Amino acid sequence: MSFKVPTMSEMMASGQSPEILFWVGCAGSFDDRAKKITKALVKILNHCKVNFAVLGAEESCTGDPAKRAGNEFTFQMQAMMNIQVLDGYDVKKIVTACPHCFNTLKNEYPELGGNYEVIHHTQLIQDLINTGKLALEGSQTYKGKKITFHDPCYLGRANDVYEAPRALIEKLDAELVEMKRCKSNGLCCGAGGAQMFKEAEKGIKEINLERTDDALETKSSIIATGCPFCNTMMTDGIKHVNKENEIQVLDIAELIANAAEL
Amino acid sequence: MGRSINRSDKPLTRLKTMALVALGQKKMFTRPIAAFLHLALYVAFVITQIELVEIIADGFSGQHRMFYFSLGSFYVFMVSFIEILTVLAFIATVAFLWRRNMLSIPRFNKTELLGWPKKDANLILIMEIVLIVFILTMNGADEVLYNRGGSHVEYAKGSFGFSISSWLGPLVFDNFTVEALRIFERIGWWGHIGMVFLFLNYLPYSKHLHILLAFPTTYFSNLQAKGKFSHMKSVENEVKLMLDPNADPYLATNATDTPERFGVKDVTDLTWKNLLDAYSCTECGRCTDVCPANITGKALSPRKIMMDTRDRMVEVGELKKGVVDGKSLLGDYISPEEVWACTSCNACVEACPINIDPLSIIIDLRRNLVMEDAAMPSELAGMLTNIENNGAPWQFAQSDRLNWLNEE
Repeated sequence: MSFKVPTMSEMMASGQSPEILFWVGCAGSFDDRAKKITKALVKILNHCKVNFAVLGAEESCTGDPAKRAGNEFTFQMQAMMNIQVLDGYDVKKIVTACPHCFNTLKNEYPELGGNYEVIHHTQLIQDLINTGKLALEGSQTYKGKKITFHDPCYLGRANDVYEAPRALIEKLDAELVEMKRCKSNGLCCGAGGAQMFKEAEKGIKEINLERTDDALETKSSIIATGCPFCNTMMTDGIKHVNKENEIQVLDIAELIANAAEL
Repeated sequence: MGRSINRSDKPLTRLKTMALVALGQKKMFTRPIAAFLHLALYVAFVITQIELVEIIADGFSGQHRMFYFSLGSFYVFMVSFIEILTVLAFIATVAFLWRRNMLSIPRFNKTELLGWPKKDANLILIMEIVLIVFILTMNGADEVLYNRGGSHVEYAKGSFGFSISSWLGPLVFDNFTVEALRIFERIGWWGHIGMVFLFLNYLPYSKHLHILLAFPTTYFSNLQAKGKFSHMKSVENEVKLMLDPNADPYLATNATDTPERFGVKDVTDLTWKNLLDAYSCTECGRCTDVCPANITGKALSPRKIMMDTRDRMVEVGELKKGVVDGKSLLGDYISPEEVWACTSCNACVEACPINIDPLSIIIDLRRNLVMEDAAMPSELAGMLTNIENNGAPWQFAQSDRLNWLNEE
């Protein structure tokens, strides 16, 4: 199927300005699994006729992994270059499906002069449903299914967003089953703080397997996430216990797009 | 000691945070049983100060229970209330001792607690039991004296009518002579006030300093989103110079806040809030209990980060002026392995009952490793190079960022 994904430069060339910028992020652009999340979100945006655009080749890493890894120079260089691009297009509002991009753009760009209204894609989808632009009534796709939600640290504890993803799972008419460690007490998937890009230190267990055990305890058939890195970690965890045929790891955007049959 | 950090904004929000978190112990109640026991000790400690005022006033004026007649029934109510709290505190103290020593709760048996920290914890609990025994001895013996018309409060037979000592006193001291009771009453009085003074002197050397420092620590809490890491102004000036061909090359050297080094190598590089946090930590280990790295057996323990910071601070403080011992927090106390095991998930910050922030120390230690020594796991060096070269942590060309659009 074809998507309608204009870039900011195309928009500008035709004298238009989008309401919102979709910040795809590195994972959303390059990671095979995360690209599916990107497409699911685009389906929703297109379906709801959201006036959005992406930066395309003008987008660059927010600098999050550099900052978490302790390299403030690389972070600030990335941030300053991105702010120049964003301000050049007079961007006011940004949506992203990556909690790391979300946190960095929202909290760490203002110190360098980049002030934008930044929302996570679960918040945008919730708004689309609440304003009647997206309807899920009567959807049978996930009706009665047990779904557990893994809180991304940079969405939950870091920014206190706990309700939007849960409200969306409720909209699926599914049974939301919480893990014993959830919300502000949620356990990290193990990818944050630049861990995604390195081997773990010596220990007795991988963090994603510890978290997978939490998810398995809920006896859910679907583990929902709101972060491409959490998705990778949980998917790997499920594969490790050979349950990939019974348990799916899906982003909230994918759940919604599937339920709305987009 | 301690670099500056601004924590003077929003005084009302800060007062509210302090009232809820320190005074109201809001965050303790995520673990209700421990919270209730801790609350009993805390309220008993605070309310008993009223009786301590009388004990001290009696001592200076040479009187006995000087507020007994002037306050009347309110006095009886007050002391009765204190006695009930004292018994609750006794139960809590015994429960804590039992829990800490007899139950094998992981967070009380981590390596960083071996030796002095464990002794310190037990010593305080034992001191509290002794304190409680003294005050009940004082009131109990005085009650029996009063029953026999021998109390210094008035030489008639009567009863104070205090909630606990009016039955506990006769139960314990029934067979004692008046002379012996007088001695026991005095032992109770002197013992209690002696323990109070001993406790006050011991406090600054103990993790129990949290009873005082919890208040400033919560007042000066980080009020921003937990995901926001501190901004490095010194780096900003240099990066601006690099990116802007028209930049004033003297800008960076003129900056007054240029640090001697990037990030934190020793305690002198930490902010005053980090140092205050270290002194406020009571080593409860809730941070370590929820740390994903620690849970999965890595060397990192957020509690150890705080304890190491405090221990190193004490060591630096004891050095003679101008003397350098060649040691540092990073390396001699905290290893790079610990620093790199952190996922920056903020679970430790969230779990701390008084909003201590071990994560900011860990990240500042990383900054020192990376920006001063370029010492980091090789995969991270590769990741950083990728970001610098092609604007992504992986080796993909920036021009390919929209390729997903046309892929199946």
